[in-house]
Formats: sequence, C-alpha cells, structure tokens
Amino acid sequence: MENVLTAVPLVVFIPLAGMLINLFFGKYFGEFGVGFIGVTASGLAFVVAALLWAGLRDNNFEAVVVNPPLFDGWISIPSANLEIPWQFRVDTLSVTMMLVVSGVGTLIHLYAVGYMHGDPRFPRFFVYLNLFLVFMMTLVTGNNILMMFVGWEGVGLCSYLLIGFWFDKSRVFPDGVSEGWKNSNAARKAMIVNRIGDFGVLLAIFLTFWTFGTLDFYKPDEQPIGGHAEEAEEHALVIASTDEVIAEEEHDLSNMGFLNQAQVLLSDGEEHQVKFGSVDLSLKAIVTLITLLMLLGAAGKSAQIPLFVWLPDAMAGPTPVSALIHAATMVTAGVYMMVRANVLFHHAEVSSFIVTVIGATTAIMAGFIAVGQWDVKKVLAYSTVSQLGFMVAAVGLGAYAAAIFHLVTHAFFKALLFLASGSIIHGMEHGHHHSHDSHHAHHEEEFDPQDMRTMGGLRRKMPITYWTYVIGTFALAGIFPFAGFWSKDEILADSFRVFWDEGELKGIFALMLLITAAGFTAFYMWRQVSLVFYGEPRHEAGEHASESSLLMTLPLMILAVLSIFGGFLNTPSDLPLLTDLFGAHKFTDWLGHSVVNAHAGEFLWWLALGALGVAVFAIFAARQLYADETTSTVRITGDPLARNPQTSQAFALANAKLLWDEMYFKYLENPFNVASRFLADRVDWQFWHDFFHHNIVYLPFDQGAKGISGNVDKVVIDKGIMMVFARGPWEIARRVRRVQTGFVRIYALTILLGTVLVMIAILFPDIRDILGI
Amino acid sequence: MQLENTGVSIVSAVLFSPLVGVLVLLFWPRLTDKQVRIATLINTLVTFAFSLLMLSQFDSSKGMQMEQVDEWIAGLGIYYHVGVDGISIWLVMLTTFIMPIAVLASWTGIEEKVRLFHGFLLLLEVAMVGVFVSLDLFLFYIFWEVSLVPMYFMIGMWGSKDKVDFFGREMEARIYAAVKFFLYTVAGSILMLLAILYVGNKAETFDFMLIRDLMRSGQLVFTEETERLLFVGFFIAFAIKVPVWPLHSWLPDAHVQAPTAGSIILAGVLLKLGTYGLVRYNLEFFPNAAIDFAPYIGALAVIGIIYGAWVSYAQTDVKKLVAYSSVSHLGFVVLGIFAMNSAGIQGAVLQMVNHGVSTGGLFLLVGMLYERRHTKAINAFGGLWKIMPIYSGFALVIALSSMGLPGLNGFVGEFTILVGSAGSDTLDIWYTVLATIGIILAAVYILFMFNKVFMGPVTKQENQELEDLTWGGNWYELSALVALTVVIFVIGLYPKPFFELMDGAVGDLVAQLDATLQVAMK
Repeated sequence: MENVLTAVPLVVFIPLAGMLINLFFGKYFGEFGVGFIGVTASGLAFVVAALLWAGLRDNNFEAVVVNPPLFDGWISIPSANLEIPWQFRVDTLSVTMMLVVSGVGTLIHLYAVGYMHGDPRFPRFFVYLNLFLVFMMTLVTGNNILMMFVGWEGVGLCSYLLIGFWFDKSRVFPDGVSEGWKNSNAARKAMIVNRIGDFGVLLAIFLTFWTFGTLDFYKPDEQPIGGHAEEAEEHALVIASTDEVIAEEEHDLSNMGFLNQAQVLLSDGEEHQVKFGSVDLSLKAIVTLITLLMLLGAAGKSAQIPLFVWLPDAMAGPTPVSALIHAATMVTAGVYMMVRANVLFHHAEVSSFIVTVIGATTAIMAGFIAVGQWDVKKVLAYSTVSQLGFMVAAVGLGAYAAAIFHLVTHAFFKALLFLASGSIIHGMEHGHHHSHDSHHAHHEEEFDPQDMRTMGGLRRKMPITYWTYVIGTFALAGIFPFAGFWSKDEILADSFRVFWDEGELKGIFALMLLITAAGFTAFYMWRQVSLVFYGEPRHEAGEHASESSLLMTLPLMILAVLSIFGGFLNTPSDLPLLTDLFGAHKFTDWLGHSVVNAHAGEFLWWLALGALGVAVFAIFAARQLYADETTSTVRITGDPLARNPQTSQAFALANAKLLWDEMYFKYLENPFNVASRFLADRVDWQFWHDFFHHNIVYLPFDQGAKGISGNVDKVVIDKGIMMVFARGPWEIARRVRRVQTGFVRIYALTILLGTVLVMIAILFPDIRDILGI
Repeated sequence: MQLENTGVSIVSAVLFSPLVGVLVLLFWPRLTDKQVRIATLINTLVTFAFSLLMLSQFDSSKGMQMEQVDEWIAGLGIYYHVGVDGISIWLVMLTTFIMPIAVLASWTGIEEKVRLFHGFLLLLEVAMVGVFVSLDLFLFYIFWEVSLVPMYFMIGMWGSKDKVDFFGREMEARIYAAVKFFLYTVAGSILMLLAILYVGNKAETFDFMLIRDLMRSGQLVFTEETERLLFVGFFIAFAIKVPVWPLHSWLPDAHVQAPTAGSIILAGVLLKLGTYGLVRYNLEFFPNAAIDFAPYIGALAVIGIIYGAWVSYAQTDVKKLVAYSSVSHLGFVVLGIFAMNSAGIQGAVLQMVNHGVSTGGLFLLVGMLYERRHTKAINAFGGLWKIMPIYSGFALVIALSSMGLPGLNGFVGEFTILVGSAGSDTLDIWYTVLATIGIILAAVYILFMFNKVFMGPVTKQENQELEDLTWGGNWYELSALVALTVVIFVIGLYPKPFFELMDGAVGDLVAQLDATLQVAMK
C-alpha cells in the first residue's frame, strides 16, 4: 500500500490546480463551472485523504515521508548544514487533519456555491477557497517545521484575503465608517496580530535549528520513539551526556528529526548543555523557550489571550469563510502545531503550566464575552475562541489526543453552526429584500441582518436551519450523546486526573475554569437559539424569511449527522453498549501512532454527569430568562441580564468585550502610531534629513569647495571647470540641465574627484610621503 | 608581481555589451524615440542573454572563474582583470535582469531627451556590472565612480517636478536630491580611495586575487590599527551606499525624485554595490577588524531594520514609504553579512537579489500609478483592486514578497539571514530577536500601504477610470511585472540552485573567517 501513500502531494496539487484553473479561466465559466471546479478540487482532495487513511491502516500505521515531484529540495546550504526539503508526511495525525480539512472543506465549498450566488467576484472567492486548501494541506502535511510555517503564513494570507473579500462595500455604518473599510481593516488586523504570533514561531524555529541541527520533525526512515525512557533504551540509542559529547554519539542523533532527538535527550534524565553562538543554556531551558515561543504562535493563530482580538473582527468575511477558516480549520493550526511538538511540551513543565493557564483563561473569558453579544456571528466567534481555549488547555494538561479529538468534533459542530448562521443571515436578507419590494421602500431604516434583536420566530420559517442549529447547539454545549459531550468530557476528566493523580495545580485550575466556561457555553448558545428561532418575528425581514436552497441545507444536514455521531469516534472504555458498538478510544489509539504522548482518558461518571448537569441547567436558565423577550414583536432593546441590577455590570462588560480593543488601542496602537510619526517627522526629517545634512554635510563641503577653488584654481586646473566647482554643487546641477555641453564639464569634474587624486598620490612620491601612505 | 594575459572571457562580453548601445545612441544619425527605446531594450536583453550564457557555463565546484586578464597600466601593477564567482555572478544576473525592466518602466514615462536618458541607462549598466566583476581594485574604483554619474544625471534631469524649500531658498527638489546623492557617495568613496591606495601600495599590486592570496598566505599582514582604519575606509563608502543607518538621509530624496527607472535601478542594483563591497572587500581583506566591529555594525543594522520600518509606516507618499522600507530590508542584508557564518552570508547575497526584485517591483508599480494619476499620495487612492484587478493582483504578490511571505522570495532570504544571525559567533542572540520584530513591522507598513491604496471602497472620482493592464494596451508594463513575478515565485519555491552556486565561494570565505575567529576567541 506504499504506493497509495505516495499520492500525498495530490492533496496540495489538486486544490492548486483548481485554484489556477479558476484564476485564469474562471471568468469564462459562469457560476456553475467555477463552483464545480472548486468543489471537485476539494472533493478529490478528500478522496485522496481517505485513500491515505486506508493506506496508513494497511501500512501498520507507520508514518511515511514522501518527496514531491520536481522539487528535489528547498532551502539547502551545504556549508551551513542547513537542509530544508519540501517533504510530505503521512501519519495518523496529518491524515486526521487532512480528512477534517478536506471533508468539512468540501461541504463548505458546496454551501458557498449557494451562499455566494450572484456575487460579482464569485470566481475569485473560489480561487481563494482553493488556495486556502493548498496552504492548509501544506501546513498539516509538511515534514519539517518550516514547511508547516509556509502553510501557516499562507492560510493567514487567505484569511486576510477572505476577511477583506468585500473590501468595496460602500454601506456606511452609524459611526461614519463604511463597511468596506471595516472589512479591509479587519483583514489587516488579522494579518498583523498573526504576525506577532509568527514572531514566536520563527524564533522557535531558529532555536530548534541550532539546538538539534535539523528542522525535520522526523527523518524519512524513522518512526517516533515512544513516550518513556525505557522505550528509548529499547531502541538501543546511544545518548550523549554533558561531559562526554563524543563525535560518534552525536552521529547517532544526527540521523534523527528534532522530535526524536528531544525525546532521547530529555528522557535520559541527564543534564545536557546547548551551546551555539552566544547561547549557552541547558537543553531543558531551551525546550522551555521553544515551547513558550510556539505558544505565542499558537496564541496568534488559535486566538488565545492576548492575541485573540483579531478573530471576532474576522467575522467581516463571508460566512462560509468564517465556518471554514475561522472555526473549523485554520484557527486550529496552533493546536495542531503544539500537538505535533508534544514531545517538547511533554518535557517542558513550566511551559505546559502556562499553556494550561492561557487556554483555560481564554476559554472562560471568551465564554463570558459571548453572553453579551447581539451579533449572531460574534457570539459564535467568541464561542470559537472559547472552544480553542479548551483545546489549548488540553495540550497544557498533556491530553494531546483529547485536544485533537475536540478539534475534530468542534470542526463538525462549529462549521455547522456557522453555516446555519449564514443560512439565517441569508434568510433575513432575503426577507428584507422581499418586504422592501412589496412595500416599495417606504422607510429606509438601517437594517442589520446579523442582529439577533431583530430576529425571532425563524423556527417555522426555516425548519431545517432550526433543527440543525439545535443539534449544533447541543453538540457544542456538551449534551449527551452529541459529539461535544465526549470530547469535552475527555478534557475535563484529564484535568481532574492531572490534579488528583499527579497533584498538579494546573489540573484543578483548568477543571474549575473549564466547567464554568462550559456553563457559559450552554447559556449563550441557548440565549441565541431563543432569540433567533423562538417567539414571534420582530422585524418584517423575519416574517418574510424563507428556508435556504438545498445547496446550503444539504451541508447543514450532513454536518448535523456528524455532530450527532462524531463523538463515537472515541468512546471511552467500559461503557455499556456504546463501547461494544464503537470500540474503546479508537481515535486515541489511532493518534497514538504519531502522537507519542497520547493517552486514553478515563471516563469519570460523576464528572460527566456533573458537566452534563451544568450544561442542562444553563440551557434551562437561558430558556427561562429569554422566554419573555421572545414574545415581543418589536426589536428588543435590552437584555434581561442588563435589567437585573445584580448582573447589569457584568453584562455591560461582556457587551463591551472587556474593553480589549480599547486597551490595545490606548496602550499599544496609539503610542506606536505617535512614535512612528515622531520618528518620521522630527527625528528623521527635521533633524537627520535637514539639520544634520545642512550643517554637517553640506556647509563644510560648500565652504571647502569654495576654499579649494580660490587657491588651486589658477595653479592647476582649467579655469572654466573650476568656476563651476567654485559656485558649489547647486550651481553645477542647474547648469547641467540647461545645456549638454555642461554635461561634459561635470563629467570631467567627476572623473577629477576620483582620478586626479589617484594620479597625484601614485605619481608623486613626495605627496605620498606627506600623506603617509 | 605579474599576471599572464588570458583570452577574452564571456564576462567581458556581458560587461561591454551595453557599451555597444551607448555608442549607437551617441553616433547613429537619426533615431526616433521609439527606435531608441527598442534598441535599448534589445541591447539590455542581449546583455541578459550573455549573462545567462555565463551562468550556464558557471562551474560551482570552482571558485573565481571565467577570468580575463589584460595588461593595462603595467608600471603600477594595474590590470584589466575581471571574473565571477558564486557571489558576484548573482549580482551580475540581478543587474542584467533589472535593466530591461528599467527600460520598460520608462517606455512612456520618459519623453524628453530620450536618447540621452537611454545612453545613461546603458552606461550605468556597464558601470554596475563592472563593479561586480572587477578583480582589480583600481578598475573597481573606476567603475564605482562611474556608476555615480549616470544616476546623478538621471535624478537631476529626469526627476520629479517638485519644489523644496531649502532653508529659505526655493529650489528644485530633483537638483537637491541629485546633489545630495552625489555628495554623500563621493564623500564615502574618497575614504575608500585612500584605503585602496594604501593596500595597493603595500601589496605592490592592485589585483584582488593576488592580494587575497598574499593575505591568506600571511605574506601581507596589517597591524591591528591599520587594519581597522582600512576597514573603516572601505566600510564608510559601502555603508553610505547601502545605506546603513544613520547614513541613509540621501536615500528618500534620491528615490522620491528619481524617475521610475532610476528608482528601480537605485533600489534594485546600486544599493547592492555597497552590500557586495562589504562581503567582497571588508570581510575578505580585513577579517580581524570585521570581527571586532561586527557587534557595532550589527547594532546599526538592527536599528536600521526597526527604524526604517517604523518611519516607513508614517509616510504619506507611497514612494517614500517604499524608500524607507529599503533601509529596513538592507538592514537584514548587513546583519546577515556580519553574522559571518555561511547561512548569514548566503542569505544576505540571496536577499540582495530578492530586494532588487521586490523593491524594484514596488517602485515599478508606484511609477505606473504615478503615470496614471500624477500623484503618489497614499490617501489619493483607495479601492484600486476593484478598478484595476490585474494590476492589483501583481501588486499583492510583490507586496507580499517584500514583507517576506513564505513561499515567495523575500522569506527565503530573510529566514536564512536570521538563521545565520541566531547562531552567529559574532552577534548576540538578541540581535536576531530584535531583527525578527522587523518582520512584524514589515507587515505593518506594507499592509498599511496595500490597504489604503488597493482596498476599501472607491471614493474618488479620478480613480474610477484608471486603466488596467492588458497585453494589447500596455504590454511593456505587463511584461515587466510578469518577469518580476516569475522570479519571485522561482526563488521562493526553489532557491536551491541559487544557494548551490554560491555555496563554494561563501564556504571558502567563511572558512577563512572561521579560522580568524578561532584565533580571535583564543
């Protein structure tokens, strides 16, 4: 089956072909043709990924590294021992990601054909979507961290392009900024904030290279070495110790990728010293640094504190983009990277602690903010931030398999929720147009199709959207037996294990925060369902809303099925019936072939029931609280939480998004801008460009030129030339322009400056002596 | 010391091929403007073809090759001696590649004294290639000085029509800029001349190869102080040209005032004369001083990276923004050179090429906009992506290349440089940390520019009718952009052959530096 595995470059090249075809010929195809090519490219990538899955099973789950055709290398500097090839890695982790990306991706491509219908830049949208797949596949299949980084930045670029896709919308918001600028600026913000994260990834890469001498995760002919020191010994590896760094022993390590090297060196229990350039640190410290820098990168891409601020703004993009890039796939890249480097995180206790704190805090913070949002997509955006916090916390807790499991189920239900919200927005817009047509636009009030205050009663208008949305909500809230229940429970159970069995503080910290965050999740989701679907329509648009076309609802239904059953991928052991049906932690076992520190979580009955209780309670609370609101037939003006004096302040804070953006503006962006203008105007222009130049460079030269001309003039040089010289350079240039004969003279003058001095100095020994040369 | 005369080398063909054009333009009786342009384009393309031939004959297992030696001023030990190695060949390739693009960029922009302008272009090409291929210090110096002249006139005669207030006097901005460019460069090169004379005198030859052998074999040794003085003599000349912060204040003037072709050549090639000189002369001849000075020069480079980017962000003129970005980008190159290891130097050499392509491309784009709108003010635009989708697509690729997006050329250079500086024995790790911040800032100013010019709704009436690129309408613009874009992708996706060719030359240099470094560290 090795031959099937060598097909892996196709997951990149098929979307690339689709992208190129649509880029150059898309304008001749029409919507159907463009959509067909886009969807087919994505679908074929999924087929390849599925074949890889089957091939990997037949290959005994052993990872394979494949070289692409044509490109026999990338950055290759023999004299610096820098060898970074283009190489694809097929292992259980990368195939999992490929399946999610292309599977969910294909559904979203399909949905987008319906959603983007009638857009003047329809072909370009599919160019970008396919390009996104190219980079995302590069990210997850790269066998070295730099190739991963190519994908990492590439998906960032696609995110930029797609957030700003509607850069030219001229609708002006009440605050005087047009929608086009809002979209463009949101795109820019996403890219720049992500670059701050990339700074971390780049530094991590530099440190990795100089510490391990390679950027390959694993070399082509090796398999990951298991999790513990004993296993390392089984592989009969010689381990270099601090005192005796012997050439021969180094040789053994030099054939390894950096993850295996780290595994070997970190599990032998000895101190290793890393020395390069000006750096002289213990290996432990270097690994801590590398992992912290990776965390910074993950905070950017996976929207964690303090870099999450770009993700809510990114909702400016078309909704399929929010579903694909800003919920299901791209934003999970940070989690993927950390799980890929689980060997390093496993051995870096300090980093893991910080990762847990960041993840859990993000989870609860974003969950809190989501409660106070009115925009249907903003709620989901903060929800995504919160769920990414769960995954990151799981990485910190060492529950790598649980992190990826949650990544997968989240891709199902969050893509579902976003696509359904797109269907809602579509329905509202459609209804708005409809009501306008029938009333001949009698009042031109501002209409925001994403504002939940104007919705209501869509349950009857859009039944498929409603039912799928509720399924997505149950999955996200962690209701048994939907997908989110299983994956979230694994993370919670692991945090308890870390606290109880290993006695680590981060375990209980994560457990408390994550359970609370789960409560928030259930609450804001049911708040949303109530406001959007229940009660009576609060706007004409809602009254005239209708269900979206099958192109859009079909992906919803498929994702709904996945959201119901996705959790059974990894059912815990010892469950009656379910374990018999679906096997015991199949997914963890599968992942364990590439994620060496993956371990199966226990199932804790009391914890699962407790978490379920919290979720159910939160849903009922939301149901009670918002029951009155939904009876209104006009736009809601305030939230019941805001009217209650006990919660009004908290709601205001959540509604103001905890003022993160304002803080960033005040303490970072604005000072940066002011400093920039100060540097440019005062320092560079007024001082350096004008003052310094005039007094230090120009005046002495001018004076000098006049001095020389006065004395040397009659003795040596033709009077005509020196006259020009004497009046200073400004005069020279003025003349030059006038006549061409002037040019000859200046030319002679220039040669003078060079050659005359040379001649004098070389030909006259006396002068040479005077000059001392 | 004597050198044997050799036969004619292809390097000479590359070097003097543009001179044929200069002679034609000088003496051919009647030529219409169009004929001048076509003749010049053909001439530069032929030169490029020669350089491709040279590239195909290059043997990466050898060091300096395709040498040609002819007696010139025998009594003083001055020869006509040219040749290329893995470092200089890429800069020659860059020059011959950029020149046709510069000709295409002036296709409609230059309407006065067309013949003279193109004569200067070709003369400049001779001078620039000459700097890269000369293996005689004297010859090098001649070319170095000659390269100044055409650029001086291109800025002064075909520059913008702006006026500046020069301490109470109103003067034409292009004159101010031209003279400033002239003054700074000459001031630097005089110091270099003295240093060259000293070295030539002491070695009793001006031949680069001979001097190098003498130094490597220990027959030519300078005292510590002399070496430092000589190092500084060369360094200041090169640093002004690069420009290394804080010697950059001529750059924004020269760039903003120069015609499009002038800016392209200035950014594309002329600045690299400086960085090339640092590698070829400062590192090769004065390794001890280079090691001593590396931390300080590295600091200037890092300041330049951050300062250039930061200042760039505050600009309101597109061309000035791009000009300051050069200060930032070349800071990376200097950092790589003074990392003094193989990754750093190879990254620096590749980044010289990359910067020529991407910043040259940015200036080309700005020139196209200027011809359409007669303004370079950033806030005069907005929403161009909707009006000129093809132009904007190219602009996106070139802007991304400039901000170092992986998969495009800029990233390969910057990454390699930073890998080098991170593991450098001469530079502390903090240099790398700070320089990497420059990568964040690059995104800040490039995206600021891209957003303001290309995104957002179209609000200005004048922008509604701007002409996009088509093969029928403006093939010269489109073909120039296509050529640049192809190179951007080739270097970004497959830089291996570029490194392969320079590995021998740089490896050789680094071996020498390492030996010196080992002694210095003991």
